[in-house]
Amino acid sequence: MSCPPKRASRAGDVRLPLGSRLRGNDTEVAFLNVALVEERDFGTPARRNEQNVNLTIDGQRTTVPAGTSILRAAAECGTDVPKLCSTDSLEAFGSCRLCLVEIEGRAGTPASCTTPVVEGMIVRTQTDRLARIRRGVMELYISDHPLDCLTCAANGDCELQDMAGAVGLREVRYGYAGENHLADMKDQSNPYFTYDPAKCIVCSRCVRACDEVQGTFALTIAGRGFESRVAASAGEAFLDSECVSCGACVQACPTATLIEKSVIEIGQPEHSVVTTCAYCGVGCSFKAEMRGDTVVRMVPFKDGKANHGHSCVKGRFAWGYTTHRERILKPMIREKIEDPWREVSWDEAIGRVASEFKRIQAQYGARAIGGITSSRCTDEETFLIQKLVRAGFGNNNVDTCARVCHSPTGYGLKTTFGTSAGTQDFDSVEQADVIVVMGANPTDGHPVFASRMKQRLRQGAKLIVIDPRRIDLVHTPHIDAAWHLPLRPGTNVAMLTALAHVIVTEGLLNEEFVKARCDLAAFEEWAAFVREPRNSPEAMAEITGVPAEAIRGAARLYATGGNAAFYYGLGITEHSQGSTAVIAIANLAMATGNIGRPGVGVNPLRGQNNVQGSCDMGSFPHELSGYRHISDAATRSLFEADWGTHLDNEPGLRISNMLDSAIGGRFKGLYIQGEDIAQSDPDTTHVIDGLKAMECVVVQDIFLCETAHYAHVFLPGSTFLEKDGTFINAERRIQRVRKVMEPRNGLADWEITLAIAKAMGYPMHYNHPSQIMDEIARLTPTFSGVSFERLDELGSIQWPCNEKAPEGTPVMHIGGFVRGLGNFVITEYVPTDERTGPRFPLLLTTGRILSQYNVGAQTRRTKNIVWHEEDKLEIHPHDADQRGIRSGDWVKLQSRSGATSLRAVVTDRVAPGVVYTTFHHPDTQANVVTTDYSDWATNCPEYKVTAVQVSPSNGPTDWQRAYEAESAHNTRIAEPLAAAE
Amino acid sequence: MSRRVFVARDAGAIAVGADRVAVAIHDAAERAALDVDIVRTGSRGLYWLEPMVEVETQNGRVAYGPIRPEDVCGLFACGFLDGERHMRALGPTDSIPWLKRQTRLTFARCGIIDPLSLDDYRAHHGYEGFARALTLKPQEIVDEVAGSGLRGRGGAGFPTGIKWRTAAEAKGSTKYIVCNADEGDSGTFADRMLMEGDPFLLIEGMTIAGLATGATKGVIYCRSEYPHAIATMNAAIATARAANLLGTRIADSNRDFDIALRVGAGSYVCGEETALLESLEGKRGQVRAKPPLPAHAGLFAKPTVVNNVLTFAAAAWVLAEGAEAYKALGYGRSRGTMPIQLAGNLKHPGLFEAPFGMALGELIDDVGGGTASGRPVRAVQAGGPLGAYFPRALFDMPYDYEAYTANDGLIGHGGLVAFDDTVDMARQARFAMEFCALESCGKCTPCRIGSIRGVEVVDRIVAGIDREANAELLKELCETLKFGSLCALGGFTPYPVMSALTHFPEDFGLAREMAEV
Repeated sequence: MSCPPKRASRAGDVRLPLGSRLRGNDTEVAFLNVALVEERDFGTPARRNEQNVNLTIDGQRTTVPAGTSILRAAAECGTDVPKLCSTDSLEAFGSCRLCLVEIEGRAGTPASCTTPVVEGMIVRTQTDRLARIRRGVMELYISDHPLDCLTCAANGDCELQDMAGAVGLREVRYGYAGENHLADMKDQSNPYFTYDPAKCIVCSRCVRACDEVQGTFALTIAGRGFESRVAASAGEAFLDSECVSCGACVQACPTATLIEKSVIEIGQPEHSVVTTCAYCGVGCSFKAEMRGDTVVRMVPFKDGKANHGHSCVKGRFAWGYTTHRERILKPMIREKIEDPWREVSWDEAIGRVASEFKRIQAQYGARAIGGITSSRCTDEETFLIQKLVRAGFGNNNVDTCARVCHSPTGYGLKTTFGTSAGTQDFDSVEQADVIVVMGANPTDGHPVFASRMKQRLRQGAKLIVIDPRRIDLVHTPHIDAAWHLPLRPGTNVAMLTALAHVIVTEGLLNEEFVKARCDLAAFEEWAAFVREPRNSPEAMAEITGVPAEAIRGAARLYATGGNAAFYYGLGITEHSQGSTAVIAIANLAMATGNIGRPGVGVNPLRGQNNVQGSCDMGSFPHELSGYRHISDAATRSLFEADWGTHLDNEPGLRISNMLDSAIGGRFKGLYIQGEDIAQSDPDTTHVIDGLKAMECVVVQDIFLCETAHYAHVFLPGSTFLEKDGTFINAERRIQRVRKVMEPRNGLADWEITLAIAKAMGYPMHYNHPSQIMDEIARLTPTFSGVSFERLDELGSIQWPCNEKAPEGTPVMHIGGFVRGLGNFVITEYVPTDERTGPRFPLLLTTGRILSQYNVGAQTRRTKNIVWHEEDKLEIHPHDADQRGIRSGDWVKLQSRSGATSLRAVVTDRVAPGVVYTTFHHPDTQANVVTTDYSDWATNCPEYKVTAVQVSPSNGPTDWQRAYEAESAHNTRIAEPLAAAE
Repeated sequence: MSRRVFVARDAGAIAVGADRVAVAIHDAAERAALDVDIVRTGSRGLYWLEPMVEVETQNGRVAYGPIRPEDVCGLFACGFLDGERHMRALGPTDSIPWLKRQTRLTFARCGIIDPLSLDDYRAHHGYEGFARALTLKPQEIVDEVAGSGLRGRGGAGFPTGIKWRTAAEAKGSTKYIVCNADEGDSGTFADRMLMEGDPFLLIEGMTIAGLATGATKGVIYCRSEYPHAIATMNAAIATARAANLLGTRIADSNRDFDIALRVGAGSYVCGEETALLESLEGKRGQVRAKPPLPAHAGLFAKPTVVNNVLTFAAAAWVLAEGAEAYKALGYGRSRGTMPIQLAGNLKHPGLFEAPFGMALGELIDDVGGGTASGRPVRAVQAGGPLGAYFPRALFDMPYDYEAYTANDGLIGHGGLVAFDDTVDMARQARFAMEFCALESCGKCTPCRIGSIRGVEVVDRIVAGIDREANAELLKELCETLKFGSLCALGGFTPYPVMSALTHFPEDFGLAREMAEV
């Protein structure tokens, strides 16, 4: 056996290496030069217990919380007991029999992982007998293990190898001719990792990780005795099994049995950088494990406060898009959108942007141009764009893609509580007794948090699901929802008000809380309103389609079941009454006192990595950073002083207004960073018409996205791996994004914006994104304590972070609401104008799937495609029968706005009358069908309700064919001259 | 007046033709127009005499056996209904020496009563322990059991009173009483006999455990290979439930207790209490690490008493007759009686219940009557497939937990399997490893891989390959198994292996000194 190479191993904690404290340009150097960040494995999970226990291990006295294992107690005082089956993310199992110890006064050699400490215990971890047994066990292991260490992908990162060394194994007297598994076949079906049973030591860590951490229960041990082998589902290939490819098993595996294909291909990484995932709003911390500037693998970081070492298939594996061949690396321009693209220098491209924007402003007025910030870019980049628009363009025409997802959250929570953000940290769910999931599908959309939620539900917390669709959480291993209320799409407000009616009329209010914490006049008015019989579950049953008794049962459970926490998603916000629904949720939380402490709260599950941040950074046309209105002179003057320019006091245009104005001939130029409005925004035809009406559309993206088909300048963007900055997740947690490689396109996104600003005549001076954060902190009271230095020190910070909360604020509104008294607001149900009728009898609602992400620009360019090759339409067997539709058939989906075709899946997951699809694929273009109805308060589009008809079809619609042709035409790139010569 | 004839319905008796004998008796009686009432009882446990037929006479029950169906006509002809002489006559049953020398506490009713007759059961002192328990506080019931010195009859010999007390004191919304009826040891059959012959006794014992610990739910985990026991137990449970002896407010008390029976799926290791609990929970039958003890967190993580069939049965006797009466019997720290199961190559195999303390030699040579083959007894395996092979040199060893442990063996579940001098002890050692390999749950490494390697190493020794070195390796492997295994399967496999090697080295081709540890 070969010796594992020396690694940088840090005892005790998992803080970042010292180098990370360096600032500015040094940071990159420091992070690129640190060795592998190795997290110490304490063997078994930490125990929280007031009571401490004293014991002696190998003569050393130590004190640990009661319930701690001997193994962990030893590890905490620096004594590593040999172990293979235990790891501190999983409960002790006791199968490998290496961690045996001797305890004074006890017979035998108990396993230290499964034996808890006892006061006064005297433990010996190294004796001759223990050494003999350990060596004996190791000799057995190796008698059924290939001797290919030198060519093994885990060479240097193999616990079996380490333990063979630790116990001093010198020979295997059994020989290698006995029964063995060395000829067992590898399973390579998963695109990201392999399962090699020949190397398996049957420690069950993978099985337990799948059960305890991920909660999918896809793996098991099949067979018994020597035949015991890991099996996915009922012995299927991993890809065909229930495995969701979260990677927890791969991470847990101590050998090369489950290993990333990238490690097999590239080899072991030599350094690592801690950074933040760029997919959903959970904001998982990852170690980017590198070989030079090549990512070998992304490993979830144990000390990540949002994910605690867990991951999903996207963050863990789907980063291949960053080096995908379709990525655009050179700036391009063209005169007309029908022309082929021409690659040009950065100077020429930036020059074109500036000259066109200046020309348009001169010709059509200062307000004829604007910008769109991205919820996928960093806070610093987002802040810069809105600064460019407000200070450089001289108007407030800036908006963000958060407009189309969570703008109602901002409005609703600000109105009721005083802050446009979720109230809890993710850890709060560990103390929830009742969990309400409404209009969200966490196991697909926010999988890592869903796993945390499932852990709590398996401990016995009760679950209420309010969703038109039977999402996976309703029935998942060892979890059954107490209530699933499958309401008709578009009736959230009716449902929430009916729930409130039950709470008020059945005396389930927390009057003490309401009296102490809320505006009583507003409360009385609200209570009188919800009490009205027309708001009763019986009356609302007609509208929601949910039986009154179920609504009453759910309301009673929410109000009386202990700590009750609300988690919601875009199924709440993307409605004509999105803001009203958010307010209605806040009302419920206040009425039952479920706010202002851990375990409760109102929790929006944010769709994208930096939705929270892009909103916080002042991306909306009416708000400066920290949600301060542009009309507020004091705030404006603060910015004017810092930026040395005058700011327009009129709110600018929202995205939909920009498109309308463009069609109306008044809006002519748009700078879009990292948002694909032609695919993600509703009523695609209208969006395209708007874009086509502009004279200079500048798209900054990593791929030629759908919007780029209508652009005149394309600026290649950088990925999250190529820049420094911060993202803010759904729990207001500000986390560092760290550069692990140079931008392949040459410039980080923030640098591109700087170049445009300079060319436009408004130069901004930053050498590093940390300086942008310093400016944000300077100008934003809720961020005043935030800096890159503090973030490196603390790992992450949840805003508000200021003098009052120097380390941030995990749970908000403790002791009092940010706005003072909690504000109850009446939530009158107003049905959407989008109605079903004879022509469009079904309601379409949309969502996303685990393996794909939003418009799919990233995930479609990874191997995740094996799980979701195309968008499909879910339809209830009753509706399918009526139309003669079978699973797999092509169907036409027609609304008042447009039509598209896709394949059908017949399932009772959706209720009769409801159909459902995802919007990950541009060739489906689900948003051709969606309407331009939107939230009354924020214009957030009503994606979740569209009246449609579904009919059998022969394939793509004419529109789809035409669009395909147009895309092909509009994405042509001219051969560079040099190549032609 | 009808004449009562008794034929066992015990699976062991049925296996040698008891059903056919019963039919023959019925047919013969019908032909002769005799009013004969055939009562199907449990077995008396004299298996070499099965099918045994008993008849009720004015002088008590008289036995005949073994009876073949073709013997039945002759029985009638010679007047067996009146207890007349016959070539297979055994005389008054109670006077059969083999029965007479026993002290039947646990098996007092077995073979005598109709197993499914609650009236019969009550007429023979059934439910007296339960009646007394109902008058006691839980603590007093536990004290009674603890005071009797009763130890777990499943194999580990853990004091039952302490186990019950732990579960009684544990906090839990629900508590469980689990009966381990996964009787898998080779040469053992006492659990089966009791379930088939006196099922209400088990129900009574479990109910008493429920009263003692506050448990309201009982589960019997029975091996699938016992279809007759399963059928009998299920019928008895239904009867007890109908008689309000199970269910809510049992026997008009304010206590609830009910029992369900679950059937295993053919895994030896599921007789290990934690694997049994996993199996009951619907999971893979795999051993759990302890702590937590089942008494703290057992079935579905609730406080659980797991005891063997014989333990519950003995506890019912203890409650009926008092701790002192039970404690008065026995030897050293092994109190009361043990239903010893004599099997293997013996002339008189069967169930022999006696107080602890009898010498091994007496049990084998005298009670067991020596080998059936007539050859000398060479070795006795005590305590099932994981028990040691004892040579004649240890035949004066008293039947006692501590004495057996001191000789690197175990009492286990009370099985004794005899071998004559044709046995190859190296093959027996190999078999022990093979059994471990076959039945290992696969969770812990020593058992999962070690058992397979054990077979291979014994094969090499037998084949004469590096005999000394491999014997040394086998000894070390046994040490790894003994101290490294998670449960008794791997932990006790060294007993048969090492005892074979130590006491019978010549079968391995080794000199005696080479085999000594």
